[in-house]
Amino acid sequence: MQTVLQYVANGIMVGGVYALSALGIVLVYKSTSVFNFAIGQMMMLGAFFLWTCVEVFLMPLWLSFIVAITAGVMLGMLIERLTLRPLIGQPLLSAVLATLALSYFLNGITIGIWGAYQQKLPEFITGAITIGGVVFSNDLLWSFIIAMALFVVLSVLYQKTKMGLLMRATAESHQVAQARGIRVRAIFSWSWALCGFVAAVGGMLLALRLGVSQYIALVGLQAFPAVLFGGLESIPGAIVGGLVVGLLQNLTGGLIAPWLMETTPYVILLLVLIFRPEGLFGEKRIERI
Amino acid sequence: MAITRPCGTYDESYAQDMAIVRTRLQWILLIGFFAILFTCPAWLGGEWVNLLNLIGISLIAVLGLNILTGYCGQISLGQAAFMAVGAYTSGVLTAKFGWSFWAALPCAALMAGLVGLIFGLPSLRVKGFYLAMATLAAQFIIPAVIINPLEGLTGGVHTLIVPPPKVGDISVTSVQGMFFIIIPIAVLMTFFAKNIVRTGVGRAFIAIRDNDLAAEVMGINVFAYKLLAFFICSVYAGVAGSLWAHWMRAINPDHFTFMDSIWYAGMMIVGGMGSIAGAVFGTVFLRVLDELTKVFGMSLSTVFVGWGAFIQGSLGPIVYGLVIMLFIIFEPRGLAHRWEIFKASYRLRPFAN
Repeated sequence: MQTVLQYVANGIMVGGVYALSALGIVLVYKSTSVFNFAIGQMMMLGAFFLWTCVEVFLMPLWLSFIVAITAGVMLGMLIERLTLRPLIGQPLLSAVLATLALSYFLNGITIGIWGAYQQKLPEFITGAITIGGVVFSNDLLWSFIIAMALFVVLSVLYQKTKMGLLMRATAESHQVAQARGIRVRAIFSWSWALCGFVAAVGGMLLALRLGVSQYIALVGLQAFPAVLFGGLESIPGAIVGGLVVGLLQNLTGGLIAPWLMETTPYVILLLVLIFRPEGLFGEKRIERI
Repeated sequence: MAITRPCGTYDESYAQDMAIVRTRLQWILLIGFFAILFTCPAWLGGEWVNLLNLIGISLIAVLGLNILTGYCGQISLGQAAFMAVGAYTSGVLTAKFGWSFWAALPCAALMAGLVGLIFGLPSLRVKGFYLAMATLAAQFIIPAVIINPLEGLTGGVHTLIVPPPKVGDISVTSVQGMFFIIIPIAVLMTFFAKNIVRTGVGRAFIAIRDNDLAAEVMGINVFAYKLLAFFICSVYAGVAGSLWAHWMRAINPDHFTFMDSIWYAGMMIVGGMGSIAGAVFGTVFLRVLDELTKVFGMSLSTVFVGWGAFIQGSLGPIVYGLVIMLFIIFEPRGLAHRWEIFKASYRLRPFAN
């Protein structure tokens, strides 16, 4: 029983990280209908930015966070401007392959600049707390809390602010939004900036656990099923999807066989696609000829 | 683009209209090309012949992908996984059960086709991006199944040693020998692909690609044809995988990763979707580019000594990522489109340029 509880706790905590990366994907998909396959690489770069600020430029930790997050946001906007803006109106596969090629490209850049070593961040969050025999390690706890906090902030942003309204309008239809005088390109840029922000934060949290290395990018792959589970266009869906995927992954991996850990999310993905293609919270779209 | 015949060439019969090779010049070029291709092993160095082998195998995989994605419009990001199915079927049958390569090859194709059908099932309900994710699932589930539950057969993460194919009593172990097995099969598969897309089936694929609802209204059984496209695509992957296994003579799940699938999709994009000639152009272009990048990376790493390992590791992904992105942005219809423009302007000269 204790072990099951521990797996559940781990699953939910790890799910927080997945939820963060899923959130980054959903933010971009909602307004630009582009699926960001490069989210893992953006997270990885966020971690490398932080490491460079701390270890190479010897900045204080708080300043490093600000600089690294700013760099992550800039990266998001740069990606939008250079690769995806020319693709507006192109078929789906182009956008899919563009972000895939981008992820490959960013991988190469990272190896070229920082090498294939595993670096270590100063441990700014350490230790663990134990509640009723179940261990919660602090870094996972923090990523969970930050994911929740971001969820609240983004929900408010989407529902209550002018910017959110514009973003939702753009998500509804690019053409209608444009006709109503919304600067659709600016919205795209903002969405990618938000994605860059979320990815940078997620990457830094992951770096605590995994070290600053190429391995962070692989976690992005685990986030894809989470996004589809919750529905591509739903912010609560990203959170729930992330948590469920983390949970099921840890339960099957821990209780049945370790190799199921990386496979379970994709089996779930396949089942979701067959039985509920639009995800739990996604929107059903009616197609007409 | 409408087919423009060379000046003065008129189609007077159905056979002429349908001919793949229509004019005398085309026949000369084709025969000349084959003559040069099949004498390659005589005058090319071993590594270049090996590169041609790799191109031949990749070409088969890309052709299948092109039928599924380029013609039928179903995005697949799991071609390498289906190749793995073919490679392991063929490898296990020959290595563990002592089958001959020639019997294992069709079995590998069939097995890959059946697995492809399973992962094509979601196409009943989802399309476009969601379907891409289903094939992405294949890319992660298939290697995991090969490594873990089937470990007894496949050797898991350990490399499976595959015997060389036999012609009569002679084992084909040399690069040149494999060339004469791989390239004829690749040529045949290209010919099949060219013809599949010209039949009623191919036309149904194109109708589904352009608008699947409209295709259904016209009486095309969309689901059956989508599954058929998945089957054909995976059969091609299975053949490619089987050849890969007997060419490398050692297979490992690491040969068939997500990155390889993206490579095949990239070859299709660079060549041009929905064009058989495009598959050839794209495969040759990217494989040769990859080879040149490796050579260039080597020489760079001797210049910048301290950075050597990183330059070699990073140059490939950077070049590949850049090339794909530039093609998608500036020439989304690929090299095949350029080739068509070139041919048309050659034929219409001096009236067009």
